[in-house]
Amino acid sequence: MFQVRIHGRGGQGVVTAAEMLSIAAFSEGKYAQAFPSFGSERMGAPVVAFCRISDREIRLREPIMEPNAVIVQDRTVIDSANAFQGVVEKGFILVNSSHGMANDLKNVTLKCIGATEIALEHIGRPIPNAVLLGSFAGLTGILKIESVIEAIKTKFSGAIGEKNIAAARVAYDRTLGGA
Amino acid sequence: MLHQLEGSHAIARALALCRPGVVCAYPISPQTHILEGLEELIRSGKLQNCEYLNVESEMGALSVAIGGEAAGVRSYTATSSQGLLYMIEAVYNASGLELPIVMTLGNRALGSPINIWNDHSDAMSVRDSGWIMFFAETNQEAADLHILAFGIAEKVRCPVIVNVDGFILTHAYDRVDIPSQEEVDEFLPPYAPSVSMDVDSPIAIGTMVPPEYFMEVRHLAHRKHEDSLAMIECAGHAFEEKFGRISGGLLRGYNLRNADTIVVAMGSVAGTIKDAVDELNQEGGKFGELSLVCYRPFPEEALRNSLKNAKRVIVVEKSLAVGIGGILSREIELAMKGCDVEVISVIAGLGGRNITKTMLKECFGRKNHEKTTFLGLRNDIIGDQYRRISNDDC
Repeated sequence: MFQVRIHGRGGQGVVTAAEMLSIAAFSEGKYAQAFPSFGSERMGAPVVAFCRISDREIRLREPIMEPNAVIVQDRTVIDSANAFQGVVEKGFILVNSSHGMANDLKNVTLKCIGATEIALEHIGRPIPNAVLLGSFAGLTGILKIESVIEAIKTKFSGAIGEKNIAAARVAYDRTLGGA
Repeated sequence: MLHQLEGSHAIARALALCRPGVVCAYPISPQTHILEGLEELIRSGKLQNCEYLNVESEMGALSVAIGGEAAGVRSYTATSSQGLLYMIEAVYNASGLELPIVMTLGNRALGSPINIWNDHSDAMSVRDSGWIMFFAETNQEAADLHILAFGIAEKVRCPVIVNVDGFILTHAYDRVDIPSQEEVDEFLPPYAPSVSMDVDSPIAIGTMVPPEYFMEVRHLAHRKHEDSLAMIECAGHAFEEKFGRISGGLLRGYNLRNADTIVVAMGSVAGTIKDAVDELNQEGGKFGELSLVCYRPFPEEALRNSLKNAKRVIVVEKSLAVGIGGILSREIELAMKGCDVEVISVIAGLGGRNITKTMLKECFGRKNHEKTTFLGLRNDIIGDQYRRISNDDC
């Protein structure tokens, strides 16, 4: 089982990101379970959402305490939300930041990408969720970028969908390219 | 067909396949997404011949459903928590009038203190109201139970509550198999009430019943519930035959054979319990799990048959009767009267407190339990308050 925890703030599409991840995994024939940390989904408030991906039926219904990957949509919540807590060995941390970040964690891959900047450039709005999922696909290899794109289409239709897809592709290519 | 859906939307789609003619509810978290889903299906024309009514309150919502059913139309409503309390008079009226309404309860704690998170306190507040009550373990079962509920309600002439854990299921994206309209039409015949309100042939329902008849009305309501047990079990088998998966019925055992300790639960926590049971058994334990799907009528005999060979029954319950303790555990204790089985009550997850596999494993593995265990209770918080209560003068 591969477990993902997503941190951010209300309004950044944190819950939608977890849902899109689960839809992408489903489209690859996997079992997936996405759920928010309930109750605090107000604009600007710290928000956490979760996604489990597995080849078998998922029965477990507890918050993810030992994630294989953490996605941080807003780096200002890292300390207060203890966002890196419990990340497993050989796990991944993906941070929305155009500045780098020191990696103090052993055997954990940390990647920073300026997802808000990419979103502003391609979508015109500072919504980094789909962008980060593109980067996530490149970083972890858990999901194909095509599956992520299909999932984005279920949440964003028309021109907004196309812009989000373009932004996710840029993030995917940039992550694979190592830039 | 398989979909990756939010629980609430899976329920809305299953409901639409049941072709209700009246949908009326007042929004309250965590039930709201079900209504939004249904409203969208009606607006887009995917659910036709269905009237969606906006009302001023939950009391109004269930009253509209009562009116709909009395006029012979399949009617649906949904609520949670305080909303259920607000409609309580109509809840008793619906069952007393034998109107087969189906209601989803997105299970949530009751205030005060106000709390929007999940537990089963709301469900327990209507456990004696005469409604049939089911608890869904997964979103697949939540969707399926609605398809089962209308048929059962209409055969028994009794309203049904489908309990779905708020947020944990209603807001979770999961894989759900939504059947086709043809399949559901074959399974669930159109509603054909034997009696209904008709302006051309007037009848009165809901008239006053004097002491000479009231006891008999109540006795017959009880008898009807008891008789429906076999029918509910049958409906579960019929569902499995038609749709090829197990949903509904009275109860469902996991690893019961050779189990010394059987953990009983209702709703979504059963999944985490099964994972805990598997790990304990890998470590040499003898644990099983029993999901109670049908809570009312209470399947006493089926429970006794499933539990009688255990040494210990641990009931994980998401509600508390203040002043006495666990509700379900006491009912199970009565059902096990005469059997040599210890029944332990574990109160868990009140007001949305997380229930983790680690907590459950530690609890199930204990040699001795208090009369009522509160799982994950924060003693640092209760300490001062407890001293304050104890120091009060008599």
